Amino acid sequence: MTQELIDTNVYIGPWPTRRVPGDDSAALTEMLRGHGVTQAWAGSFDSLLHKDIAGVNARLAQACAASGGLLVPFGAINPALPQWEDDVRRCAEEHRMPGIRLHPNYHGYALDDPRFTALLQAAADRKLLVQIAITMEDERMMHPLMQVPHVDVLPLPDLLAVHPGLRVVLLNAFRGVPMPLVQRLAETKQVCFDLAWLEGAAGLEVLKKQIPLERVLFGSYAPLFYFASSWLKLAESPLSETERAALMCNNAAGLLAAP
Amino acid sequence: MEIWDGHCHLSGYAGTPDERVGKLVALADRMGVDRLCIFMGANFHYDPTPEEMRAANDEVLDGLRNWHHHAFGFVYLNPNHLDASLAEFARCVEQGPMVAIKLWVAQHCDSPDVDAIVTRAAAAKAPIFQHTWQKITGNLPGESTAEELARLAARHPEATFICGHAGGDWENGIRAIRPHANVYADLGGGDPTAGFTEMAVRELGAERVIFGSDIPGRSYASQLAKVYGAQITEEAKRLIFSENLKRLLTPILKLKGVPVY
Repeated sequence: MTQELIDTNVYIGPWPTRRVPGDDSAALTEMLRGHGVTQAWAGSFDSLLHKDIAGVNARLAQACAASGGLLVPFGAINPALPQWEDDVRRCAEEHRMPGIRLHPNYHGYALDDPRFTALLQAAADRKLLVQIAITMEDERMMHPLMQVPHVDVLPLPDLLAVHPGLRVVLLNAFRGVPMPLVQRLAETKQVCFDLAWLEGAAGLEVLKKQIPLERVLFGSYAPLFYFASSWLKLAESPLSETERAALMCNNAAGLLAAP
Repeated sequence: MEIWDGHCHLSGYAGTPDERVGKLVALADRMGVDRLCIFMGANFHYDPTPEEMRAANDEVLDGLRNWHHHAFGFVYLNPNHLDASLAEFARCVEQGPMVAIKLWVAQHCDSPDVDAIVTRAAAAKAPIFQHTWQKITGNLPGESTAEELARLAARHPEATFICGHAGGDWENGIRAIRPHANVYADLGGGDPTAGFTEMAVRELGAERVIFGSDIPGRSYASQLAKVYGAQITEEAKRLIFSENLKRLLTPILKLKGVPVY
Protein backbone atom coordinates (compact mmCIF):
# COMPACT_ATOMS: atom_id res chain seq x y z
CA MET A 1 0.00 0.00 0.00
CA THR A 2 1.34 3.44 -0.87
CA GLN A 3 1.93 5.59 2.19
CA GLU A 4 0.09 8.90 2.19
CA LEU A 5 2.26 11.95 2.89
CA ILE A 6 0.67 15.22 3.99
CA ASP A 7 3.00 18.21 3.99
CA THR A 8 1.45 20.81 6.29
CA ASN A 9 3.87 23.63 5.53
CA VAL A 10 4.48 24.80 1.98
CA TYR A 11 4.25 28.21 0.35
CA ILE A 12 3.62 29.42 -3.16
CA GLY A 13 5.19 32.47 -4.71
CA PRO A 14 8.59 34.09 -4.38
CA TRP A 15 10.24 34.73 -1.02
CA PRO A 16 10.59 38.54 -0.72
CA THR A 17 14.40 38.64 -0.84
CA ARG A 18 15.43 35.58 -2.81
CA ARG A 19 14.38 33.38 -5.71
CA VAL A 20 14.60 29.68 -4.92
CA PRO A 21 14.06 26.59 -7.09
CA GLY A 22 10.39 25.65 -7.10
CA ASP A 23 8.98 29.04 -6.19
CA ASP A 24 6.28 28.94 -8.85
CA SER A 25 3.32 26.79 -7.97
CA ALA A 26 3.58 24.48 -11.01
CA ALA A 27 7.20 23.65 -10.23
CA LEU A 28 6.37 23.27 -6.54
CA THR A 29 3.54 20.88 -7.35
CA GLU A 30 5.78 18.80 -9.59
CA MET A 31 8.54 18.71 -6.97
CA LEU A 32 6.18 17.67 -4.19
CA ARG A 33 4.58 14.94 -6.31
CA GLY A 34 8.07 13.71 -7.18
CA HIS A 35 8.74 13.27 -3.47
CA GLY A 36 5.53 11.33 -2.91
CA VAL A 37 3.55 14.10 -1.26
CA THR A 38 -0.15 13.37 -1.59
CA GLN A 39 -1.45 16.61 -0.06
CA ALA A 40 0.26 19.89 0.80
CA TRP A 41 -1.19 22.71 2.87
CA ALA A 42 -0.16 25.91 1.14
CA GLY A 43 0.12 29.52 2.12
CA SER A 44 1.46 32.37 0.04
CA PHE A 45 4.67 34.31 0.60
CA ASP A 46 2.83 37.29 -0.88
CA SER A 47 0.78 37.40 2.29
CA LEU A 48 3.76 38.58 4.34
CA LEU A 49 3.98 42.07 2.88
CA HIS A 50 1.03 42.56 0.56
CA LYS A 51 -1.88 44.62 1.86
CA ASP A 52 -4.42 43.33 -0.67
CA ILE A 53 -4.86 40.10 1.26
CA ALA A 54 -8.10 39.26 -0.55
CA GLY A 55 -6.18 39.30 -3.83
CA VAL A 56 -3.41 37.17 -2.34
CA ASN A 57 -5.94 34.60 -1.16
CA ALA A 58 -7.78 34.54 -4.48
CA ARG A 59 -4.52 33.83 -6.31
CA LEU A 60 -3.64 31.16 -3.74
CA ALA A 61 -6.99 29.47 -4.24
CA GLN A 62 -6.54 29.59 -8.01
CA ALA A 63 -3.05 28.11 -7.84
CA CYS A 64 -4.23 25.32 -5.57
CA ALA A 65 -7.18 24.57 -7.85
CA ALA A 66 -4.72 24.17 -10.73
CA SER A 67 -2.64 21.64 -8.78
CA GLY A 68 -5.01 18.77 -9.32
CA GLY A 69 -5.90 18.53 -5.67
CA LEU A 70 -2.37 18.36 -4.31
CA LEU A 71 -2.21 21.87 -2.86
CA VAL A 72 -4.79 22.81 -0.23
CA PRO A 73 -5.07 26.55 0.34
CA PHE A 74 -4.68 28.11 3.77
CA GLY A 75 -5.55 31.77 3.31
CA ALA A 76 -3.92 34.65 5.11
CA ILE A 77 -5.77 36.96 7.46
CA ASN A 78 -4.33 40.23 8.71
CA PRO A 79 -6.49 41.52 11.56
CA ALA A 80 -4.70 44.85 11.40
CA LEU A 81 -6.45 45.56 8.09
CA PRO A 82 -9.94 47.03 7.82
CA GLN A 83 -12.72 44.51 7.20
CA TRP A 84 -10.51 41.49 7.89
CA GLU A 85 -13.65 39.64 8.91
CA ASP A 86 -14.66 39.56 5.27
CA ASP A 87 -11.38 37.87 4.37
CA VAL A 88 -12.28 35.14 6.86
CA ARG A 89 -15.69 34.80 5.24
CA ARG A 90 -14.20 34.58 1.75
CA CYS A 91 -11.66 31.95 2.85
CA ALA A 92 -14.40 29.81 4.32
CA GLU A 93 -17.34 30.41 1.97
CA GLU A 94 -15.90 31.35 -1.41
CA HIS A 95 -12.62 29.48 -1.45
CA ARG A 96 -13.72 26.58 0.79
CA MET A 97 -10.43 26.65 2.64
CA PRO A 98 -10.11 24.29 5.61
CA GLY A 99 -7.96 26.73 7.52
CA ILE A 100 -6.07 29.98 7.69
CA ARG A 101 -2.38 30.78 8.08
CA LEU A 102 -1.35 33.74 10.22
CA HIS A 103 1.89 35.75 10.33
CA PRO A 104 1.45 38.00 13.40
CA ASN A 105 5.08 39.13 13.39
CA TYR A 106 4.95 40.34 9.78
CA HIS A 107 1.55 41.94 10.30
CA GLY A 108 2.55 43.75 13.45
CA TYR A 109 0.32 42.44 16.23
CA ALA A 110 0.94 40.39 19.34
CA LEU A 111 -1.15 37.43 20.46
CA ASP A 112 -2.52 39.39 23.43
CA ASP A 113 -3.99 41.90 20.99
CA PRO A 114 -7.83 41.99 21.16
CA ARG A 115 -7.91 41.77 17.36
CA PHE A 116 -6.22 38.37 17.56
CA THR A 117 -8.76 37.25 20.15
CA ALA A 118 -11.53 38.27 17.76
CA LEU A 119 -9.81 36.45 14.91
CA LEU A 120 -9.62 33.24 16.95
CA GLN A 121 -13.31 33.60 17.71
CA ALA A 122 -14.09 34.00 13.99
CA ALA A 123 -12.00 30.94 13.16
CA ALA A 124 -13.69 28.93 15.89
CA ASP A 125 -17.13 29.99 14.65
CA ARG A 126 -16.32 28.72 11.16
CA LYS A 127 -14.42 25.65 12.40
CA LEU A 128 -11.28 26.74 10.58
CA LEU A 129 -7.94 25.20 11.43
CA VAL A 130 -5.53 28.00 12.46
CA GLN A 131 -1.87 27.85 11.45
CA ILE A 132 0.51 30.38 12.99
CA ALA A 133 3.96 30.75 11.43
CA ILE A 134 6.38 31.48 14.26
CA THR A 135 9.58 32.06 12.30
CA MET A 136 10.14 32.56 8.60
CA GLU A 137 13.90 33.10 8.56
CA ASP A 138 16.91 32.78 10.88
CA GLU A 139 17.02 36.16 12.60
CA ARG A 140 20.77 36.41 11.95
CA MET A 141 20.24 36.14 8.21
CA MET A 142 17.47 38.66 7.66
CA HIS A 143 17.58 41.53 5.21
CA PRO A 144 18.52 44.69 7.15
CA LEU A 145 15.24 46.30 6.13
CA MET A 146 13.17 43.26 7.11
CA GLN A 147 14.17 42.17 10.60
CA VAL A 148 11.21 40.37 12.11
CA PRO A 149 11.10 38.77 15.56
CA HIS A 150 9.69 35.33 16.33
CA VAL A 151 6.01 35.26 17.28
CA ASP A 152 5.65 35.18 21.07
CA VAL A 153 3.03 32.50 21.79
CA LEU A 154 3.03 32.89 25.57
CA PRO A 155 -0.60 34.20 25.58
CA LEU A 156 -1.84 31.23 23.55
CA PRO A 157 -2.58 28.65 26.29
CA ASP A 158 -5.00 31.02 28.04
CA LEU A 159 -6.67 31.94 24.74
CA LEU A 160 -7.15 28.30 23.81
CA ALA A 161 -8.86 27.61 27.10
CA VAL A 162 -11.64 29.95 25.96
CA HIS A 163 -12.03 28.03 22.68
CA PRO A 164 -11.75 24.34 23.54
CA GLY A 165 -12.75 23.30 20.04
CA LEU A 166 -10.13 25.37 18.28
CA ARG A 167 -7.24 23.53 16.59
CA VAL A 168 -3.95 25.34 16.08
CA VAL A 169 -0.80 24.35 14.20
CA LEU A 170 2.41 26.22 14.96
CA LEU A 171 4.67 26.25 11.90
CA ASN A 172 8.46 26.63 12.11
CA ALA A 173 8.13 26.72 15.88
CA PHE A 174 11.19 24.97 17.20
CA ARG A 175 13.63 27.85 16.79
CA GLY A 176 11.48 30.50 18.42
CA VAL A 177 9.38 28.76 21.08
CA PRO A 178 11.16 27.53 24.24
CA MET A 179 10.65 23.82 24.91
CA PRO A 180 8.79 24.33 28.23
CA LEU A 181 6.22 26.41 26.36
CA VAL A 182 6.07 23.85 23.54
CA GLN A 183 5.30 21.23 26.19
CA ARG A 184 2.67 23.40 27.84
CA LEU A 185 0.98 23.98 24.49
CA ALA A 186 1.15 20.29 23.62
CA GLU A 187 -0.57 19.46 26.91
CA THR A 188 -3.63 21.47 25.81
CA LYS A 189 -4.15 18.84 23.06
CA GLN A 190 -5.25 21.73 20.83
CA VAL A 191 -1.84 22.53 19.37
CA CYS A 192 0.37 20.67 16.89
CA PHE A 193 3.82 21.52 15.56
CA ASP A 194 5.37 20.87 12.18
CA LEU A 195 8.89 19.49 12.05
CA ALA A 196 10.42 21.75 9.38
CA TRP A 197 12.50 23.71 11.88
CA LEU A 198 13.33 20.78 14.16
CA GLU A 199 17.11 20.72 14.55
CA GLY A 200 19.76 18.69 16.37
CA ALA A 201 21.03 15.18 15.90
CA ALA A 202 18.22 12.60 15.73
CA GLY A 203 15.74 15.38 16.42
CA LEU A 204 12.58 13.31 16.42
CA GLU A 205 14.09 10.77 18.82
CA VAL A 206 14.80 13.64 21.21
CA LEU A 207 11.46 15.35 20.61
CA LYS A 208 9.34 12.30 21.34
CA LYS A 209 10.79 12.24 24.86
CA GLN A 210 9.54 15.80 25.29
CA ILE A 211 6.10 15.84 23.68
CA PRO A 212 3.82 13.11 22.29
CA LEU A 213 4.44 12.51 18.58
CA GLU A 214 0.68 12.80 18.04
CA ARG A 215 1.33 16.56 18.37
CA VAL A 216 3.86 16.59 15.51
CA LEU A 217 3.15 16.93 11.79
CA PHE A 218 5.26 16.53 8.69
CA GLY A 219 6.07 19.94 7.22
CA SER A 220 8.84 20.80 4.80
CA TYR A 221 8.69 24.61 4.49
CA ALA A 222 9.28 24.05 0.78
CA PRO A 223 10.28 25.65 -1.41
CA LEU A 224 12.31 27.93 0.92
CA PHE A 225 13.85 24.87 2.59
CA TYR A 226 15.10 21.87 0.68
CA PHE A 227 12.29 19.30 0.91
CA ALA A 228 14.81 16.56 1.71
CA SER A 229 15.55 18.17 5.07
CA SER A 230 12.23 17.16 6.62
CA TRP A 231 12.03 13.91 4.69
CA LEU A 232 15.41 12.75 5.99
CA LYS A 233 14.36 13.54 9.57
CA LEU A 234 12.08 10.51 9.35
CA ALA A 235 15.16 8.40 8.65
CA GLU A 236 17.50 10.07 11.16
CA SER A 237 15.55 8.84 14.20
CA PRO A 238 14.39 5.31 14.91
CA LEU A 239 10.59 5.33 14.52
CA SER A 240 8.00 2.59 14.60
CA GLU A 241 5.75 2.14 11.58
CA THR A 242 2.89 3.58 13.63
CA GLU A 243 4.93 6.65 14.51
CA ARG A 244 5.99 7.16 10.90
CA ALA A 245 2.42 6.89 9.68
CA ALA A 246 1.27 9.34 12.33
CA LEU A 247 3.89 11.89 11.35
CA MET A 248 3.48 11.44 7.62
CA CYS A 249 -0.29 11.43 7.45
CA ASN A 250 -2.51 10.38 10.31
CA ASN A 251 -1.96 13.31 12.65
CA ALA A 252 -2.62 15.86 9.91
CA ALA A 253 -5.57 13.98 8.45
CA GLY A 254 -7.09 13.86 11.91
CA LEU A 255 -6.94 17.64 12.16
CA LEU A 256 -8.88 18.12 8.95
CA ALA A 257 -11.39 15.47 9.90
CA ALA A 258 -12.01 16.87 13.40
CA PRO A 259 -15.52 18.27 13.89
CA MET B 1 27.82 7.94 -2.56
CA GLU B 2 30.74 8.30 -0.15
CA ILE B 3 30.31 11.12 2.38
CA TRP B 4 32.97 12.85 4.43
CA ASP B 5 31.70 15.30 7.03
CA GLY B 6 34.09 18.22 7.55
CA HIS B 7 32.34 19.79 10.54
CA CYS B 8 31.53 17.80 13.71
CA HIS B 9 31.66 18.50 17.43
CA LEU B 10 31.77 16.58 20.71
CA SER B 11 29.31 18.86 22.48
CA GLY B 12 25.70 17.93 23.11
CA TYR B 13 26.23 14.30 24.06
CA ALA B 14 26.89 12.93 27.53
CA GLY B 15 29.66 10.46 28.33
CA THR B 16 33.35 10.09 27.79
CA PRO B 17 34.93 11.38 24.57
CA ASP B 18 35.10 7.78 23.38
CA GLU B 19 31.38 7.32 24.04
CA ARG B 20 30.52 10.64 22.40
CA VAL B 21 32.46 9.85 19.24
CA GLY B 22 30.81 6.43 19.27
CA LYS B 23 27.40 8.10 19.27
CA LEU B 24 28.42 10.39 16.43
CA VAL B 25 29.70 7.45 14.40
CA ALA B 26 26.51 5.47 15.03
CA LEU B 27 24.39 8.35 13.79
CA ALA B 28 26.69 8.88 10.83
CA ASP B 29 26.38 5.19 9.94
CA ARG B 30 22.61 5.50 10.07
CA MET B 31 22.70 8.44 7.66
CA GLY B 32 25.33 7.03 5.30
CA VAL B 33 28.19 9.29 6.39
CA ASP B 34 31.58 7.57 6.21
CA ARG B 35 34.11 9.93 7.79
CA LEU B 36 33.87 12.64 10.44
CA CYS B 37 36.16 15.60 11.15
CA ILE B 38 35.85 16.48 14.84
CA PHE B 39 36.98 19.57 16.70
CA MET B 40 36.52 21.28 20.09
CA GLY B 41 35.47 19.64 23.35
CA ALA B 42 32.22 19.26 25.24
CA ASN B 43 32.36 22.87 26.42
CA PHE B 44 32.91 25.66 23.92
CA HIS B 45 35.10 28.55 25.08
CA TYR B 46 35.01 31.74 23.01
CA ASP B 47 38.51 32.78 24.06
CA PRO B 48 40.05 29.65 25.60
CA THR B 49 43.02 29.83 27.94
CA PRO B 50 45.97 27.63 27.04
CA GLU B 51 44.70 25.12 29.60
CA GLU B 52 41.18 25.13 28.10
CA MET B 53 42.63 24.72 24.62
CA ARG B 54 44.67 21.71 25.70
CA ALA B 55 41.72 20.19 27.51
CA ALA B 56 39.50 20.54 24.42
CA ASN B 57 42.15 18.96 22.21
CA ASP B 58 42.73 16.17 24.73
CA GLU B 59 39.05 15.30 24.51
CA VAL B 60 39.30 14.98 20.75
CA LEU B 61 42.49 12.93 20.99
CA ASP B 62 40.78 10.65 23.52
CA GLY B 63 37.77 10.36 21.27
CA LEU B 64 39.84 9.46 18.22
CA ARG B 65 41.73 6.66 19.95
CA ASN B 66 39.18 3.94 19.20
CA TRP B 67 37.55 5.63 16.24
CA HIS B 68 40.47 6.74 14.07
CA HIS B 69 39.20 4.64 11.18
CA HIS B 70 36.01 6.74 11.16
CA ALA B 71 37.17 10.16 12.29
CA PHE B 72 39.88 12.79 11.96
CA GLY B 73 40.72 15.51 14.46
CA PHE B 74 41.26 19.23 13.88
CA VAL B 75 43.28 21.03 16.58
CA TYR B 76 41.49 23.96 18.26
CA LEU B 77 43.80 27.00 18.58
CA ASN B 78 43.51 30.55 19.90
CA PRO B 79 45.62 33.28 18.25
CA ASN B 80 45.37 35.32 21.46
CA HIS B 81 47.73 32.74 22.99
CA LEU B 82 50.13 32.34 20.11
CA ASP B 83 52.96 30.46 21.83
CA ALA B 84 50.53 28.02 23.42
CA SER B 85 48.75 27.61 20.08
CA LEU B 86 51.96 26.79 18.24
CA ALA B 87 52.84 24.31 20.98
CA GLU B 88 49.41 22.70 20.61
CA PHE B 89 49.89 22.54 16.85
CA ALA B 90 53.19 20.75 17.37
CA ARG B 91 51.69 18.34 19.92
CA CYS B 92 48.47 17.51 18.10
CA VAL B 93 49.36 17.86 14.40
CA GLU B 94 53.11 17.80 13.79
CA GLN B 95 53.70 15.08 16.37
CA GLY B 96 50.13 13.85 16.79
CA PRO B 97 47.31 12.40 14.73
CA MET B 98 45.34 15.58 13.97
CA VAL B 99 45.17 16.80 10.39
CA ALA B 100 43.90 20.39 10.36
CA ILE B 101 43.29 23.51 12.48
CA LYS B 102 40.06 24.94 13.84
CA LEU B 103 39.88 28.66 14.62
CA TRP B 104 36.68 29.97 16.14
CA VAL B 105 35.77 33.37 17.59
CA ALA B 106 38.67 34.39 19.85
CA GLN B 107 40.25 36.76 17.36
CA HIS B 108 39.39 38.26 13.98
CA CYS B 109 41.17 36.08 11.48
CA ASP B 110 42.70 38.92 9.48
CA SER B 111 44.67 39.94 12.58
CA PRO B 112 48.47 39.68 12.18
CA ASP B 113 48.36 37.41 15.24
CA VAL B 114 47.04 34.65 12.99
CA ASP B 115 49.90 34.78 10.45
CA ALA B 116 52.33 32.61 12.40
CA ILE B 117 49.69 29.89 12.78
CA VAL B 118 48.94 29.96 9.07
CA THR B 119 52.61 29.74 8.14
CA ARG B 120 53.09 26.65 10.33
CA ALA B 121 49.91 25.10 8.99
CA ALA B 122 50.95 25.59 5.38
CA ALA B 123 54.34 24.02 6.04
CA ALA B 124 52.63 20.98 7.53
CA LYS B 125 50.01 20.88 4.73
CA ALA B 126 47.28 21.26 7.33
CA PRO B 127 44.12 23.08 6.14
CA ILE B 128 42.65 25.76 8.41
CA PHE B 129 38.94 25.68 9.20
CA GLN B 130 37.92 29.21 10.18
CA HIS B 131 34.43 29.82 11.62
CA THR B 132 32.82 32.77 9.87
CA TRP B 133 29.48 34.48 10.25
CA GLN B 134 28.08 37.86 9.37
CA LYS B 135 25.04 38.42 11.56
CA ILE B 136 22.60 41.25 11.06
CA THR B 137 21.95 40.87 14.80
CA GLY B 138 25.64 41.56 15.55
CA ASN B 139 28.74 39.41 15.74
CA LEU B 140 30.62 38.29 18.82
CA PRO B 141 33.60 40.57 19.60
CA GLY B 142 36.22 38.34 17.96
CA GLU B 143 33.98 36.67 15.40
CA SER B 144 35.30 36.68 11.84
CA THR B 145 33.47 37.36 8.62
CA ALA B 146 34.12 35.77 5.26
CA GLU B 147 35.59 39.09 4.09
CA GLU B 148 38.16 38.92 6.88
CA LEU B 149 39.01 35.37 5.90
CA ALA B 150 39.41 36.53 2.30
CA ARG B 151 41.98 39.10 3.48
CA LEU B 152 43.88 36.43 5.41
CA ALA B 153 43.80 34.06 2.44
CA ALA B 154 45.14 36.77 0.14
CA ARG B 155 48.17 37.13 2.43
CA HIS B 156 48.77 33.36 2.41
CA PRO B 157 48.19 31.89 -1.06
CA GLU B 158 50.26 28.86 -0.02
CA ALA B 159 47.76 27.91 2.72
CA THR B 160 44.38 26.20 2.42
CA PHE B 161 41.32 27.57 4.20
CA ILE B 162 37.80 26.28 4.80
CA CYS B 163 35.29 29.08 5.28
CA GLY B 164 33.08 27.73 8.09
CA HIS B 165 29.34 28.14 7.44
CA ALA B 166 30.27 29.82 4.11
CA GLY B 167 30.12 33.09 6.00
CA GLY B 168 26.78 32.32 7.70
CA ASP B 169 25.11 34.92 5.53
CA TRP B 170 26.15 32.79 2.60
CA GLU B 171 24.98 35.15 -0.12
CA ASN B 172 27.60 37.59 1.16
CA GLY B 173 30.14 34.97 2.17
CA ILE B 174 30.30 33.21 -1.17
CA ARG B 175 30.93 36.53 -2.90
CA ALA B 176 33.65 37.45 -0.41
CA ILE B 177 35.72 34.32 -0.89
CA ARG B 178 35.09 33.95 -4.62
CA PRO B 179 38.40 35.51 -5.82
CA HIS B 180 40.53 33.31 -3.56
CA ALA B 181 41.09 29.84 -4.98
CA ASN B 182 42.64 28.66 -1.71
CA VAL B 183 39.38 29.18 0.19
CA TYR B 184 36.69 26.48 0.25
CA ALA B 185 33.10 26.94 1.37
CA ASP B 186 31.75 24.77 4.22
CA LEU B 187 28.00 24.17 3.84
CA GLY B 188 27.49 23.23 7.49
CA GLY B 189 25.57 24.78 10.29
CA GLY B 190 22.94 27.01 8.74
CA ASP B 191 19.36 26.32 7.77
CA PRO B 192 18.67 24.12 4.73
CA THR B 193 17.74 27.12 2.62
CA ALA B 194 17.16 26.18 -0.99
CA GLY B 195 19.55 27.76 -3.43
CA PHE B 196 22.52 27.87 -1.03
CA THR B 197 24.41 25.00 -2.62
CA GLU B 198 23.38 26.00 -6.13
CA MET B 199 24.83 29.49 -5.61
CA ALA B 200 28.04 28.11 -4.10
CA VAL B 201 28.54 25.78 -7.07
CA ARG B 202 27.68 28.51 -9.56
CA GLU B 203 30.04 31.09 -8.07
CA LEU B 204 32.91 28.96 -6.75
CA GLY B 205 32.71 25.77 -8.78
CA ALA B 206 31.78 22.44 -7.21
CA GLU B 207 35.49 21.81 -6.54
CA ARG B 208 35.46 24.50 -3.83
CA VAL B 209 32.39 23.40 -1.87
CA ILE B 210 32.63 21.01 1.08
CA PHE B 211 29.93 19.15 2.98
CA GLY B 212 29.86 19.72 6.72
CA SER B 213 27.05 19.13 9.18
CA ASP B 214 27.88 20.93 12.45
CA ILE B 215 26.47 17.83 14.13
CA PRO B 216 25.20 17.29 16.84
CA GLY B 217 23.90 20.85 17.20
CA ARG B 218 22.39 20.47 13.77
CA SER B 219 20.41 17.64 12.25
CA TYR B 220 22.08 15.37 9.72
CA ALA B 221 18.83 15.57 7.80
CA SER B 222 18.89 19.33 7.38
CA GLN B 223 22.54 19.38 6.40
CA LEU B 224 22.59 16.42 4.02
CA ALA B 225 19.54 17.93 2.34
CA LYS B 226 21.66 20.85 1.16
CA VAL B 227 23.46 18.48 -1.18
CA TYR B 228 20.85 15.78 -1.83
CA GLY B 229 18.22 18.44 -2.53
CA ALA B 230 20.32 20.81 -4.62
CA GLN B 231 19.73 21.15 -8.33
CA ILE B 232 23.32 20.32 -9.27
CA THR B 233 24.92 17.44 -11.14
CA GLU B 234 25.65 14.07 -9.57
CA GLU B 235 29.34 14.75 -10.20
CA ALA B 236 29.08 18.00 -8.23
CA LYS B 237 27.42 16.13 -5.37
CA ARG B 238 30.23 13.57 -5.36
CA LEU B 239 32.84 16.33 -5.16
CA ILE B 240 31.02 18.13 -2.36
CA PHE B 241 30.22 15.04 -0.33
CA SER B 242 33.72 13.59 -0.25
CA GLU B 243 36.18 14.20 -3.04
CA ASN B 244 37.04 17.82 -2.24
CA LEU B 245 37.75 17.24 1.44
CA LYS B 246 39.64 14.06 0.59
CA ARG B 247 41.77 16.05 -1.85
CA LEU B 248 42.49 18.75 0.77
CA LEU B 249 43.50 16.23 3.43
CA THR B 250 45.43 13.83 1.21
CA PRO B 251 48.80 15.66 1.45
CA ILE B 252 48.87 15.65 5.26
CA LEU B 253 47.42 12.16 5.48
CA LYS B 254 50.18 10.92 3.19
CA LEU B 255 52.79 12.62 5.38
CA LYS B 256 51.31 10.77 8.33
CA GLY B 257 51.21 7.49 6.45
CA VAL B 258 47.42 7.28 6.51
CA PRO B 259 46.11 5.56 3.38
CA VAL B 260 43.44 7.45 1.45
CA TYR B 261 41.08 5.44 -0.71
